[in-house]
Amino acid sequence: MLAPVTAKGESISDMRKLFGLLGVLLAAHVAMSFIRPAGAAVAPVGDAVDVGIVFDLGGRGDKSFNDGAYIGAERAAKAFGARVRFVEPGEGSDREAGLRMLAAEGMDLVIGVGFIFTDDLTQLAKEYPNVSFAGVDFAVSVDKDGKVVLPPLNVAALKFREEQGSFLVGALAALVGGSKKVGFVGGMDTPLIHKFEAGYKAGVKAVCADCEVIAQYAGVTPEAFRNPGRGKELALSQYQQGVNVIYHASGSTGLGVFEAARTMKKMGIGVDADQYNEAPGFVLSSMVKRVDNAVFDVISRVKEKKFSGGIYDFGLAEDGVGYVYDEHNKALIPDAVRARLEALKADIVAGKITVPSSR
Amino acid sequence: MTLLLFLAQTIRIAIPYLFAAAGGALAERAGIVALSLEGYMLGGAFGAVIGAYYTGSAWIGVVTGVWWGIMLAAIHAVCTLRFKADQIVTGVAINLFTVGITRFLLQLAFDSSSNSPRVAGFGGDNIGGALALVSNPLVWLGLATMPALAFVVYRTTFGLRVRAVGEHPLAAASLGVPVNRVRWVAVLGSGALAALGGTYLALDQHQFTDSMTAGRGFIALAAVIFGRWDPVRAGLACLLFAGAETLQIRLQAAQLIPSQFVAMIPYVLTIVAVAGVVGRSVPPAALGRTTD
Repeated sequence: MLAPVTAKGESISDMRKLFGLLGVLLAAHVAMSFIRPAGAAVAPVGDAVDVGIVFDLGGRGDKSFNDGAYIGAERAAKAFGARVRFVEPGEGSDREAGLRMLAAEGMDLVIGVGFIFTDDLTQLAKEYPNVSFAGVDFAVSVDKDGKVVLPPLNVAALKFREEQGSFLVGALAALVGGSKKVGFVGGMDTPLIHKFEAGYKAGVKAVCADCEVIAQYAGVTPEAFRNPGRGKELALSQYQQGVNVIYHASGSTGLGVFEAARTMKKMGIGVDADQYNEAPGFVLSSMVKRVDNAVFDVISRVKEKKFSGGIYDFGLAEDGVGYVYDEHNKALIPDAVRARLEALKADIVAGKITVPSSR
Repeated sequence: MTLLLFLAQTIRIAIPYLFAAAGGALAERAGIVALSLEGYMLGGAFGAVIGAYYTGSAWIGVVTGVWWGIMLAAIHAVCTLRFKADQIVTGVAINLFTVGITRFLLQLAFDSSSNSPRVAGFGGDNIGGALALVSNPLVWLGLATMPALAFVVYRTTFGLRVRAVGEHPLAAASLGVPVNRVRWVAVLGSGALAALGGTYLALDQHQFTDSMTAGRGFIALAAVIFGRWDPVRAGLACLLFAGAETLQIRLQAAQLIPSQFVAMIPYVLTIVAVAGVVGRSVPPAALGRTTD
């Protein structure tokens, strides 16, 4: 409105320039998402299995799921020469494109790492019935009658019994904490994370009936998994209320929990992978999800031509979940506590204790 | 004691908001939509960690953090002031660009897509709570930012020019005010200020984590609008939002207020403010428009 009439032509050409620039940036972005080295280049061996893995956001180096899947695949490559290709998608819709690309290339097995791939895997499995698919943390849906809807026949849903591992670290927190209050910091307030909370609480109550669990969540959006500032504040307030040990299930938000543990000289419990190195001396243990075992397991099934779709549960019995006890944290966990945890673990494996998976 | 802890936590949460909102108020008063505060903060956080990591000094981290904010703001300024690109589109682009570039460089520098190694910060390791607060110079700087900005905007020649180019750039130009130059300074200043917010966050955590600002830039922008583009009121809005968050943290365990409710407070208040319920809310007249 304010611009003189003569400037109109100019502003249109500027717009074109801008769109041109945006186009170039977009092309660069797309190119960047394929630029990663393919890794795991193993010489072809006879009837080797071809495996394609699409990582969740964060990709290699997330010190969690993606790295776990990578380790499992590498193990398969070493053990029986599986040929593995990795794709690291960027934001949003690249994920589906990554899966589709691998499926179209005729891989024997395509793995999506993360529950976020659930819908894409279900869809692609129908389009490529001859390809086997697997989803780490695949979210199995429940129909309106409460019956579990099985995934398509060529999809393996790799699920973990996080509540069982959480149960054990809950018991650990209560036994070692030395106070009647133990803490929990969750990421996004969703049923997936409630599972961790439920198991943890049950574990605390199993060894200390009058203990109180202070459970808090960092938020209600996916950003709650990447907000260490929030995690630190939540943890500080819990420690100030007399909590000595906090278990987090909150992605990198939990790094803030460890930072708070460091400033307050208290303890944190890690999740998914061994997080000892994030705050040496302040990480009591970690509830580990053995994504590597699950990925290795499904690849070897394909290798042995024993793959079938369905739900695969990885719990304590299958060595799919567990807690860390090694030379780093041995000193923090007394032998009596260790024995108690192992007894609880045996009870869970034997089915004597049933751990709740929702609160 | 509880009150003291409450206040300390409110201030800790408010500091990033205060820096970013100061940047937002400065840019918007000059007529530039401050949609890229989030990107400046994230860039500042990353720059701070890079500087602190390679030199071992938190103060160098502050400098490199601010430098990153200024560089990102320069991109914004070139696009919107030199090439007259749409300010909102550019702002969103800066935010997306920063998420990508920081993740890329994180991988390159530390071989991790999740977080950097531990770097230096302010204050010792042993002091939690309120003591950690007073020993952090960025806290004091953050608290001083809004009054200082108010002084600059209302009491200096530069401030008068900022307001003039934000309200009526043609009139300012006809009086010999170099409109684009004033806006350049305002945009670069907003980048530097918002980056200080990110720097505080990163040095408080002693590390950078992917997308660690988690939407704080948008809450700061909400505070600017809720504060009707006045630095002091925007500062109070930051404290109000931080207070609400603290309240939520302290009460969440008791399940008194649903967390979803508290999360929406800043945005609801902003809508209320923009709707004109609490007095007239008039943005700078030339906000979002770039003229020659």
